[in-house]
Amino acid sequence: MSPRRIAVVGASAAGLAAAEALRRFGWTGTLTLVGDEPHPPYDRPPLSKQLLQGAWQPDKLHLRAADQLDALGLDLRLGTRATGLDTATRTLTLDGGERLACDGVIVATGVAARTLPEAAGLDGVHTLRTLEDALALKERLSGTGGHRLVVVGNGVLGCEAAAVARELGHEVTLVGREALPMARTVGTEIGELLAAEHRERGVQLRIAAVDGFEADGDGPARQVTAVRLADGTRLPADTVLVAIGSEPAVGWLHGDPALDTTDGLRCDAYCAAAPGVYAAGDVARWQHPVHGRDLRVEHRMNATEQGMAAARNLLAELEEALEGDEALAPAAGRERRPFTPVPYFWSDQYGLKLQAYGVLAGADRSEATVVDPDSRKAVALYGRDGLATGVLAIGLPPRLVRGLRALIATPAPWEEAREGLRNALA
Amino acid sequence: MNITLDADKCCAAGQCVLVAPEVFDQRDEDGIVVLLDAAPPADQHDAVREAAAICPAAVIQVHE
Repeated sequence: MSPRRIAVVGASAAGLAAAEALRRFGWTGTLTLVGDEPHPPYDRPPLSKQLLQGAWQPDKLHLRAADQLDALGLDLRLGTRATGLDTATRTLTLDGGERLACDGVIVATGVAARTLPEAAGLDGVHTLRTLEDALALKERLSGTGGHRLVVVGNGVLGCEAAAVARELGHEVTLVGREALPMARTVGTEIGELLAAEHRERGVQLRIAAVDGFEADGDGPARQVTAVRLADGTRLPADTVLVAIGSEPAVGWLHGDPALDTTDGLRCDAYCAAAPGVYAAGDVARWQHPVHGRDLRVEHRMNATEQGMAAARNLLAELEEALEGDEALAPAAGRERRPFTPVPYFWSDQYGLKLQAYGVLAGADRSEATVVDPDSRKAVALYGRDGLATGVLAIGLPPRLVRGLRALIATPAPWEEAREGLRNALA
Repeated sequence: MNITLDADKCCAAGQCVLVAPEVFDQRDEDGIVVLLDAAPPADQHDAVREAAAICPAAVIQVHE
C-alpha cells in the first residue's frame, strides 16, 4: 500500500498554516507542500510596504526559519505547479506529470494579480503580488531622480504603493474608478480622510477608467510613456503599477465537475469543497455560518486562521477512515468545527494605520465618526439587515482598537454596537 | 518553554493578546507586542503555540 499522504497546494501563508496545523493535530504521514514560487513561504503584506520602501531585505519576509521548516518534515515541492485534481480519487497532478495519491488535499493557491491586456510586452508596467513583482518595481523606482509613477487602481494595494512611492520622492498619480481611495471597502467618509491624506502628501488623485498605454520603441524594449484615460486624458508616466485586484487561482481545478470554482473554490462551513478536499486563504469561498452567506476574504489574517481550520477539519474527517492508522496520531482538539472567524485586516499608509474587524463587505449602512480630521483619526461601523457586522478605526492606537472587536464579534443590533462604540471612545 | 520576539516585524494586529493575554500585551502608543512572560507556565503553552502560529507577521518564536 502506498504511504498515507496529505498534500497542501500553495506554499504561502495559508498553506504554511495548514501544514503546521496538520502536524500539530497529529498527522504523521507524508505531508507534501506544493508551491509554484521558488521561495520558501514568505509574507506578502510587507511587499507593498517595507520591501518596496527599502526598509527590509527579502530574507526578512520568510515566515519560518529553515530549522522550523525542517522540523515539519515536509515533502516540499517548491517551483512546482499543481495542474489538476481528481477529487473522486484525491489524485493530485503536478506540472512534471507526477501523480500523487492523497488521503486529503488542502487547496491554498491564493490569487493572481489582474492586469490589463494592453500592458502585455510593455516595459515599465508592473503588477504587485509576488516577491519578484515587488523587487522589479523597487528596482524600477530606484536610481537617481524622481520617477513619474501612475498607480492604476485605488484599492488597498494601490493606496499603499502610492504612499510608499510618494515617501520615496516620486511623482505619483493614483487613478481609480472608485470615487475615493478604498471607498468600496471602507465607505465614503473614511475614503475622504484617506483622500485628504494622499493629497496632502502630494499624490494626484484621479477618478477615471484606464483606456490603455502609450509607449516608445519597438519589440521587447517598448517603454511605457503614458497612461491614457477613457476621457482621452494622457497621464505621462515612466512607471505604471496596475493594482486592479486579483483573480482566485482556480484555473488548475477546471474540469472537475464536483467543484464550484465561481469566484474562488466554494466550500461549506467547514472549509470542505468535496470529501477530503478543503480550501483555505484567498482562494477559498466558504459559507460563514454566523453571517449566513458566502465569504471570500483576501486578508493576511484569514489565510492563517483558515489554513489552521481546514487542517483540523480535514483530519477530523479522516479520523474514522484512518482509525488505528499510525499516520494519524492522537491529538487534542481535533474536532470538526465550522470556520467562524472575526475577519481582521490592516493597512499602513504613511504614518496612518487602518484596522478593521468583522465584515465590511456587503454593508447596507455605515456610519463614521471623525475624531480628529487633521490627524485623520476616525472610527466607522458597518452593518447589514439592522445588525452591526464590522468596525474600522484609522489613526487610533491599536491596543484601543482591539477592544472594538468585541462590539461586532457576533453581529449585534445596530444601536447597541453604536452605543458600545461611543462608550469605547469616551 | 522559552519565547523570543522579532518585534520589529510586529504589525500590531494584537492577535497574540487575544489568544494568550497572560503572556502577551501591546504597547499603548503603537500597539507593538510586549512580552509579559518569556518562560510561561505549562498551562499557557498551548495558547502560546497558537499565538505563534497565528501571528500574521511571524514575530513569535517558541523554543521548547
